[in-house]
Amino acid sequence: MRHKIFSDIDAAIADVPDGARMMFGGFGGAGFPNNLIQALARRGTKDIFAISNNCGTRDGELGILFKLNRIRRIIASFPGPHSNHFQERLAAKEVTIELVPQGILCERMRAAAAGLLGFYTAVGVGTEVAAGKEERLIDGKRCILEMPIHADFAFIKAEKADELGNLTYRLAAQNFNPIMAMAAKTTIVEVEEIVPTGSIDPESVMTPAIFVHRIVQAKGIRYAG
Amino acid sequence: MPDKQRLTREQIAQRAALELPDGAYVNLGWGIPNLISDYLPAGITVYFHSENGILGMGRRARAGEEDFDLVDAMKVPVTLVPGASFFNQADAHLMTRGGHLDVAVLGGFQVSEKGDLANWKIPGAKGSGGIGGAMDIASGTKTVVVCMEHTTRDGAPKIVRECTYPLTGLRCVTTIVTDLAVIDVTPGGLCLREVAPQWTAAEVQQLTGAPLKFSASVPEMHLK
Repeated sequence: MRHKIFSDIDAAIADVPDGARMMFGGFGGAGFPNNLIQALARRGTKDIFAISNNCGTRDGELGILFKLNRIRRIIASFPGPHSNHFQERLAAKEVTIELVPQGILCERMRAAAAGLLGFYTAVGVGTEVAAGKEERLIDGKRCILEMPIHADFAFIKAEKADELGNLTYRLAAQNFNPIMAMAAKTTIVEVEEIVPTGSIDPESVMTPAIFVHRIVQAKGIRYAG
Repeated sequence: MPDKQRLTREQIAQRAALELPDGAYVNLGWGIPNLISDYLPAGITVYFHSENGILGMGRRARAGEEDFDLVDAMKVPVTLVPGASFFNQADAHLMTRGGHLDVAVLGGFQVSEKGDLANWKIPGAKGSGGIGGAMDIASGTKTVVVCMEHTTRDGAPKIVRECTYPLTGLRCVTTIVTDLAVIDVTPGGLCLREVAPQWTAAEVQQLTGAPLKFSASVPEMHLK
């Protein structure tokens, strides 16, 4: 029997080393693992290589890690209108960013999860995104080669976990979380509620327990704006 | 032509709404497109898609009924229509890229005569810019309608021979709806389909940076 539940959130993230490659779920203020992010800020892990849709909302979400200058590189799709801490670090050349089309960000993570070594897509052909990428014709269509994105850790947010780590999500708060859960070597989830094994209907499981390594219960935090 | 009225942003949205066929699955982008759901003609039902994993998005939530796990791509709390569904972000973009949506209506900074779109970054703007879902949506959707003002604030044409702003996608735009005209992008070039009330095709051509094809009598747009 594997024991995945951590009663102490700081203990759940205590082995995240400097320089870790880390995925962070969340979109539009929903589904962000904010308790885990704050624990990481307390721990002091630095030189993080982050993968996330956005780059923080003021001090919230990844904002606190940029404010503390803990992120060195990020792959993101849409930094966002309130990513002021990120924008300041970018202007000071303390962080670098690779901007990626949102669906391609998903697919590159999914490729990593699925053991695929890359894929061709027409998205981004002829744009800044194509710079330095192999281009070829398939069925007469121009396309570029996109590579997988792996991570050492994923921090995700779900609504409910059972003791094995089967997860459910609420409304549109799943967004990137199920994809990141599959793509990282170690997935740590914060949930509103932990329920006994067997109490989530197998037909309702949205992320199967095989993808979840550590579980922390914490009341979700939402940042406005 | 200083005394001629151009369409308001709301009127552009109202005209663009007429491009949505009954029963269509539709993605609306930031800016003017986001106003379109208020202007659907009576008897037309469309299903709105959001890139964060919603199909069947309804109106914006009223004060008191907001649920912040149920937001649109602009982070605004919304409601659902009967028959709505949720899915993850990868599947949301599988729908855009894979050609499963019928229409996307996007904002634009520039559209070229070949249908290239620039809508994510203004050259020289401060900060990183952000791509979001625009490139996936522009690349895969069957019909891409762009809503924008016909010219910049300085009067420069936004419909051009070649885009000079950073590109979102090549040859992806089907139709352009502006405050002066409805224009179709065709293999033979740009075709002027309608003009704003009181405007002539020649006047619209003067404010357009690429040649327009048009018949001897281009109809005026019908607006309420």
